[in-house]
Amino acid sequence: MKGVTIDKAVRKKLTFGQWLNTDTVSGYVFALPFIIGFSFMMAVPMFLSFYYSFTDFNMLNTPTFIGLDNYVRMWNDMRFRNSVSVTFRFVFLSVPVRLVFGLMLAYVLTRKTSGVHFYRSIYYLPTLIGGSIAVALVWGQLFQNQGVINVVLGAFGLDGVNWFGNPNNALWPLIFMSVWQFGSSMIIFAAGLKDIPETYYEAAEIDGANKWRVFFSITVPCLSPIILYNLVMQTIAAFMTFTQAFIITGGGPADSTNFLALYIYNHAFNWFNMGYASAMSWVLLTMVAVSTAFIMWTSKKWTFYANE
Amino acid sequence: MTTNTKTTSLRIRRSTVGSVVRYVILTAVGIFLAYPLFWMLGSAFKYNADIFGNINILPPVDRWTFANFPIAWQLSRSNTMLFYYINTLRFLIPSIIFTVISCTITAYAVARFNFPGKKIVFTAIIVTLLMPGIAFTIPIFILFTNLGLVNTFAALYIQDIFAVNSFFIFMVIQFLRTVPRELDEASYIDGCSPLQTLWYILAPVLRPVVITVALLSFIWGMNAFQGPLIFLNTPERRVLAVAMRGLMQDEMAVQFGAVFAAATMALLPTLAIFFGCSKFFVESVASSGAKE
Repeated sequence: MKGVTIDKAVRKKLTFGQWLNTDTVSGYVFALPFIIGFSFMMAVPMFLSFYYSFTDFNMLNTPTFIGLDNYVRMWNDMRFRNSVSVTFRFVFLSVPVRLVFGLMLAYVLTRKTSGVHFYRSIYYLPTLIGGSIAVALVWGQLFQNQGVINVVLGAFGLDGVNWFGNPNNALWPLIFMSVWQFGSSMIIFAAGLKDIPETYYEAAEIDGANKWRVFFSITVPCLSPIILYNLVMQTIAAFMTFTQAFIITGGGPADSTNFLALYIYNHAFNWFNMGYASAMSWVLLTMVAVSTAFIMWTSKKWTFYANE
Repeated sequence: MTTNTKTTSLRIRRSTVGSVVRYVILTAVGIFLAYPLFWMLGSAFKYNADIFGNINILPPVDRWTFANFPIAWQLSRSNTMLFYYINTLRFLIPSIIFTVISCTITAYAVARFNFPGKKIVFTAIIVTLLMPGIAFTIPIFILFTNLGLVNTFAALYIQDIFAVNSFFIFMVIQFLRTVPRELDEASYIDGCSPLQTLWYILAPVLRPVVITVALLSFIWGMNAFQGPLIFLNTPERRVLAVAMRGLMQDEMAVQFGAVFAAATMALLPTLAIFFGCSKFFVESVASSGAKE
């Protein structure tokens, strides 16, 4: 009780400046931009978009509540169903390969290789420039009928592939492009590898374990929290893929690369079906959330933390 | 004794062979990964006829041309590339400044102060990191339309005032955790306020991470496409990334050499920054975890 009264007495004596400098006030002041941003640029828009998903809003009319109509329409929309399946195919085919490449090259590069810095920079470069329009334009040309890829295939006596004319093939150049950008996961893996105690490897060597055994019994388990992190982040990013498809294929041919993000974009900003697009973006959000939750749930079985 | 030296020399030989193999593989992978970039650079000097049907990076010796660059420079009928560069910078410079300031102070709040609800703020930062942007684009577009912000450059940087890029917040938090608190305490004893402490004491220490944040937001901003595409839809406000699309849309005759020349010119700032400061990227991304 006494402490409280003294505390109160002290607090009364605080000048405005001193009050401003208390932990609580300073903390709030410095966090204020984020708090405002989170509330008004994230939370409120999320609720708004949830609301719009039950309306027929098209930017010109006043939104009318139409219940679940948008969601029913989605169910019957074959283009939507197709874009969900295209998106999942892309995620399943690109993310694991990307992570495997990232992990392998990080592993090869950590062991006292001189010039690590140089190689890492080169491997990271695609990640840095890969999102640009310039690279997307170039990538499209690599897979032209007379492009470099078909020339190389020809040199091995294989037939050139009609990459962008055939719906069965068009997804592949985009998957390759995504795999090409394994650099950021590689760098994160490399940082994790540095933290694995050398003694583990020494112990394994004494026990006579071979390289593969060491990799799968020591490296992978020790790295599993980082694998989890990369898997989650890369999966979310892959679900959002937009620019590459927009520039390189425009979603075609025959919707074979019509990613959900692209389809939502077209409904929202070309056709101004804001209600329908909002509903679809909530489905995408749910897909991302469920996938993340699923990964987290399975991770209990395959991630190990050093302090356990 | 002899067997011992034998095995040692064998081991050394094996390890040299191993490391040679390793370097060959590493270099091959590097060439493979960098090929598209070099192909782009080389093809910028090619005639259309020399671009396809071969894998050469450089044009044939007697068939170099510089004609692609003027064509690419005149990016659209009415404007040169310079115009689109300036447009890009008109949203990018404020965006970088706001990002650096807002992310640094948010990180400062979380890393250094105990305030009620700090855990909620921290959770919100993580949620923001995991939240796919598309969920907000539509409502924010509607909001900005009502506020009259669509077709202004502010539409692309106003969010940065509010530290929406939590990836950068994390980066600064991680860095701040390595800075001893004694530094802050000494500064308080000397009578500095928290703001003065941040400005005079911590800012110099934070310089590397702040530079990294600025460089990364520059490069991501140069790459940014979806945002400018949605929020800026008049020709006078078109940014470089969006204007580049026009090159491929001239269906009459796409001048591929010019496409490569334009791509080369558009990537120059990014490449210059990357090769000039690659250390910043590789190390900072490693310490904080990158998303893309």
